Amino acid sequence: MPIHEKSLIRPENLEVHEHLEIEGVDVSGHWSTFIGSRVVADYNEAMEEEIAALPGGEYIHRCWQCGSCTNSCTVNALNPDFNPRYWIYLIRMGMESELLRDKDIIWQCVSCHKCTHVCPRDVVPEGVMKATSHWLELKGHTPKSHSMIFDEVFSEQVFETGKIEDGRVIKRFFKRTGQALAQPWMVDMVKGMLRNLPLGLLTRMGLATLVAPRTKDWGDARAAIEEYVAEREEHNRKALGLDELIQSARTEI
Amino acid sequence: MPDKKTKYKEVAYYPGCALEGTGHAYNRSTKALGKALGLKLKEVENWNCCGAMEVKNIDPKLQTYLSSRVMSIAANKMKMDVVMAPCNGCYHNLKRAEYDLEKDEQSREVVDRLSQKAGHETYQAGQVETIHALDWIKDSIGEEGLKERVKNSLDGIKIANYYGCMYTRPRHIFPEKDKGPASESTSKPHFMDDLLEAAGAENVDFPLKTACCGGAHTLSDSDTSTKLVANILMAAEAAGAEVIATECPTCHSGLEMHQIRAAKTLGIKTSVKIIYFTQLLGMAMGLKPKAVGLHENVSDSFAFVKQKGLA
Repeated sequence: MPIHEKSLIRPENLEVHEHLEIEGVDVSGHWSTFIGSRVVADYNEAMEEEIAALPGGEYIHRCWQCGSCTNSCTVNALNPDFNPRYWIYLIRMGMESELLRDKDIIWQCVSCHKCTHVCPRDVVPEGVMKATSHWLELKGHTPKSHSMIFDEVFSEQVFETGKIEDGRVIKRFFKRTGQALAQPWMVDMVKGMLRNLPLGLLTRMGLATLVAPRTKDWGDARAAIEEYVAEREEHNRKALGLDELIQSARTEI
Repeated sequence: MPDKKTKYKEVAYYPGCALEGTGHAYNRSTKALGKALGLKLKEVENWNCCGAMEVKNIDPKLQTYLSSRVMSIAANKMKMDVVMAPCNGCYHNLKRAEYDLEKDEQSREVVDRLSQKAGHETYQAGQVETIHALDWIKDSIGEEGLKERVKNSLDGIKIANYYGCMYTRPRHIFPEKDKGPASESTSKPHFMDDLLEAAGAENVDFPLKTACCGGAHTLSDSDTSTKLVANILMAAEAAGAEVIATECPTCHSGLEMHQIRAAKTLGIKTSVKIIYFTQLLGMAMGLKPKAVGLHENVSDSFAFVKQKGLA
């Protein structure tokens, strides 16, 4: 699929004249479309470095803007506004306000790894998408996405017990995102499962929800992991200057 | 150096969390198929989650550690040199950990530190070879071996082989792929096609073999996943397939879930059956549908397999 770069120009920046004559020449029609001039005065020069400091964003500096990522992108095929190449460009240029226009869709990357597979520069665009949505959340530009909440619910359970159990993850996720568990399609699916399942298996699955499966003697691994997580969180806060951000917000109030 | 045929006769088996939950049918059918083919599985002792698709978004090195612990147990405790993971997510993560530990000094440091604190030996790159269930059957039994053992041919069943994302992407972590016709291809994978064809099935020309089902966002962005799955289901039907053969529990349950959801929310009704390749091969080897966990699938294929003479 070709990249429709015209879609990157916001409608409000397009100037279309029905009749236009320049120096005696009639340029009405196709040639009468202009992009309004604009001044960018709010470059955020720290943005690339901050995103590069988050896990997944390390190799953003390698990008040479070939566009293979956007061309191969699963989500782009559903929504042309989902454009990894463009976002990488904006981040490297420091054009924060332009990036923020798409802040609510960047988290939708499905991690299919098509971009990382084709990238000739090993940028790992999939990682950059994750780092960028993480950055948007940490900086307070967006609330935590459902995807991030799912990642957290899932990881917490892995760190706690060494293993996960689908039912518990699903229940915790729906609870934390404030959604009802009994979605109509979910009910249909469970009915489908009950149709053929023998009682013994159902009991086993029910028990698994109550008594979560766990890795034996996991305590030391858990402590080591949690220590590492805390260390990384501290590193991310520092890299993004979050403490200073909070401090300055307090002073303003 | 023993060849793969001998080497894969007995492997360490890493089922992973999904195969103890929603993907139990895959677990049951993998074990049953192995038994029917005379292959031995030794489950990795006291294994843990590989990190799935979620932990890397908290920190990729943690995922590398989690996967390395599984390989460390297989190598150092069980003295095995091959780990077989049927789940694409587990398989991908073990491969990725292998790649990271070989190439990245920082990953090695983090894994060593966490392993020491957790009280087990640090996994060293190269200690084990991680393979998928497809490699396992393909290299230990092969097409000829399967042909000899077929009891109920899959003759007359039109199949779309669906491999998903994690089995082939990104290319870097699969150095053994794309090494000529005998090896697996990352752009047009064919191992599942080869095996099912050997069991008598007719493979259709399916363009979405490695398309994404949206598995990572099955619950957190259901509308996107439903659209992606609907594309896959419709493409399979358009190609003339009666069955989509799967080799990943996340893809499999994603396809089943969103087949129902697509009918509910988009009005797109499809009737293509979703069956694990191990279930299909198992039935071809003469196993009963329940022995390969057909009753544990969400979608109902009993009438279909009966009609095709597999039950």
